Amino acid sequence: MLARTAASLYWIGRLMERAEFTTRLTEATIRLAALGGHAHVEQAWSSALSVVGAPPLDTGREGYVARRFLALSPDNPGSIRSCIVAARDNARAARTALTREGWEAINRAWLVVHSRTSPGGVQATLNLAEELKAELRGFEGALARMLRNEGYWFMRLGSMIERGDATARLLDVKYYLLLPEGQEVGGKLDRDQWTTILQIVSAKTAYRHLYREALRPWLVADMLIFRRELPRSLAWAAEETVALLGEFGARSGRQGPADRLARQRLSKLQELDVGAVFKRGLHQWLHAYIRDNNAIGDSIAAQFRFG
Amino acid sequence: MAEGKPFDELWGTSRTRTARPGFEPLARWLAETPPAELARRQQAAEAAFRSLGITFSVYGEEQEAERIIPFDIVPRVFSAGEWEKLSAGLEQRVRAINAFIADVYGPRRILADGVVPADIVLANPQYCIPVAGARPPHGVYAHICGIDLIRTGPDEFYVLEDNVRTPSGVSYMIENRDAMLRLCPELFDILPVRPVDSYPELLRETLYSVAPEGASEPRCVLLTPGHHNSAFYEHSFLADNMGIELVEGRDLEVDDDIVWMKTIDGRVRVDVIYRRIDDSFLDPLVFRRDSLLGVNGLMAAYLAGNVSLVNAPGTGIADDKAICSYMPEIVRYYTGEEAKLANVETWRCRDPKALRHTLDNLDKLVVKLVDGSGGYGMLVGPTASKKEIERFRDALKAQPERYIAQPTLPLSTVPTQSEEGMAPRHVDFRPFVLTGANGVTIVPGGLTRVALRKGSLVVNSSQGGGTKDSFVLAAEPEAAASGTGLRP
Repeated sequence: MLARTAASLYWIGRLMERAEFTTRLTEATIRLAALGGHAHVEQAWSSALSVVGAPPLDTGREGYVARRFLALSPDNPGSIRSCIVAARDNARAARTALTREGWEAINRAWLVVHSRTSPGGVQATLNLAEELKAELRGFEGALARMLRNEGYWFMRLGSMIERGDATARLLDVKYYLLLPEGQEVGGKLDRDQWTTILQIVSAKTAYRHLYREALRPWLVADMLIFRRELPRSLAWAAEETVALLGEFGARSGRQGPADRLARQRLSKLQELDVGAVFKRGLHQWLHAYIRDNNAIGDSIAAQFRFG
Repeated sequence: MAEGKPFDELWGTSRTRTARPGFEPLARWLAETPPAELARRQQAAEAAFRSLGITFSVYGEEQEAERIIPFDIVPRVFSAGEWEKLSAGLEQRVRAINAFIADVYGPRRILADGVVPADIVLANPQYCIPVAGARPPHGVYAHICGIDLIRTGPDEFYVLEDNVRTPSGVSYMIENRDAMLRLCPELFDILPVRPVDSYPELLRETLYSVAPEGASEPRCVLLTPGHHNSAFYEHSFLADNMGIELVEGRDLEVDDDIVWMKTIDGRVRVDVIYRRIDDSFLDPLVFRRDSLLGVNGLMAAYLAGNVSLVNAPGTGIADDKAICSYMPEIVRYYTGEEAKLANVETWRCRDPKALRHTLDNLDKLVVKLVDGSGGYGMLVGPTASKKEIERFRDALKAQPERYIAQPTLPLSTVPTQSEEGMAPRHVDFRPFVLTGANGVTIVPGGLTRVALRKGSLVVNSSQGGGTKDSFVLAAEPEAAASGTGLRP
């Protein structure tokens, strides 16, 4: 496979994952904002903006400015629209490595957003999010039906690296809500925040299945970091990354620095538990995790000659 | 040439709406399918093309402007007998084209014998000096030719132009057929249509057949200018269907006259390049220095015989429109036979008499740049404004050798969906002719372009043209049934 094609596929994976995450973030924030008064709306959107690493801005009436920034702004390279436009550009360039179905899924998502400039009212944004989620699921479905070869592995690698980044950022922004072990969640506001987090990673029901008890902050952190049953957890993304790199190794008989880094990260994760992470300081731990995750991304690019 | 009412390929010249013999099933289908149903199917086809991204961009418009080429659901049909004659003419012509190119870059016999004037060839900007004297692997230059034909009567086909550089449009032949099979399956029950889907496989065989001798397991790639090029969809479609890599110039490098592509496992040697970029962009060291699309040293690798370029550099000399006008002589010279396909009558404006005729009849003629394509740099006299005609008059007087003139022919029509219902629209036809080490192959089909505007003769997609599927019927109904029976 051409190194340039590999780069395109890896970025398609990252960008489509990012588009999906930002879609869920936008949707969940609308729900959260709807639960409180004016100040609450402002706070909900500011928090959403900081999850994607955006500079603070006046979020506008009903979070209009923030919704536009997250969903459609061409000035925000991480907006859903920017991600899909860039993913489609990459998909055009790597067209031969995609299935027809895979291309069509990306192209359909692009048709939904490419000429949109305004998110409209809150309901219109929710409708847009719903439409996008359907198209993005279509992409995931198309991916699942692809031949298991380099093309598939690169896209999956991209989405796993992106997922590690997004989940860690999400937790980091909400870390001040994560009370020490043993404490109950206070007040209605807290519970709403927790529910929002779970919605973003589509794990509201999963939490009930895994823990069979009321929302407890350390359990949410435990789930998002350590529970490999949850596809959006750090553990799952770390494990998948190792497995995907292993597929390349099995094909070529060679391994490289990315394999080593990914394995090191996974074994470190497996030696820890949520108590140890809290003891070390969740914020610090997450920052180190994001740094390691980036390093793995860079060494994947170098190993496959597209860095 | 027919005067007055143009020849309709379904109705002939009958005023009573009697289909030409053999075309009755199509007439019945048209009569029996409700117009609203045809319109619905056409929309479904266009929606599918949009979702596939079968788009082209119009040069000069914003980069974002991606359009689909309008598709018309009424097919254009050739009988088995018509096709047999056509394909014999095409094969003869393409053999002569290859012989001509080999000659003008080799012994130049045809120039020495005075059949074609030497200056029109050697002083032509399309004459590629760097390849003079070099012989491509297996002696084939124009591996893929798209020959533009027009029709004016039942047996009257004329060649309008030969596209022997990097002709495009073949993906429409295949995608249009795909759409027709899906949307009008009943047509394939009533007409014995020969399949076209073997084209990518035949192209693949052609490419591998011309690999440099000594390449034991040759590797072939398709070189594209990139995904902003208007024909990019076709590049990716063909690469995909042939199972070869789609590369850009930056994916290749030349080292010691050997071409390599940069892969995730390191460098891999390349033996055959199906290039869809023009000669002038191939290699900045030899041609345009500002080319970002090409590969440094590619021509040196080619001249060393280490890589085959398809089509070979320099083939443009044969699709120069002034040289094209000598094609009847060229065919006779190399094959010893009369040309089976006639040329459209052409006045070469470099000749003072022809120039005078052209200037005197600008309002009746079509004037073209000898090296133009895509409908650009062209005057259609009967529909042009006075201002345009005067502009061309000045240009012609300034550089007559850059122009040719042709009569405006009454192009044949085919029933087409239009705002006024089913109406005749003018069409042309581009079949694709493959030449490999083992001879010439022609898939029974091609690209039919249709001028959607009433009365218009300009079929170019950049100027309001659309496409149709082109059915070639089998002589034996049974033969075709097995060909389409596998399709859903």
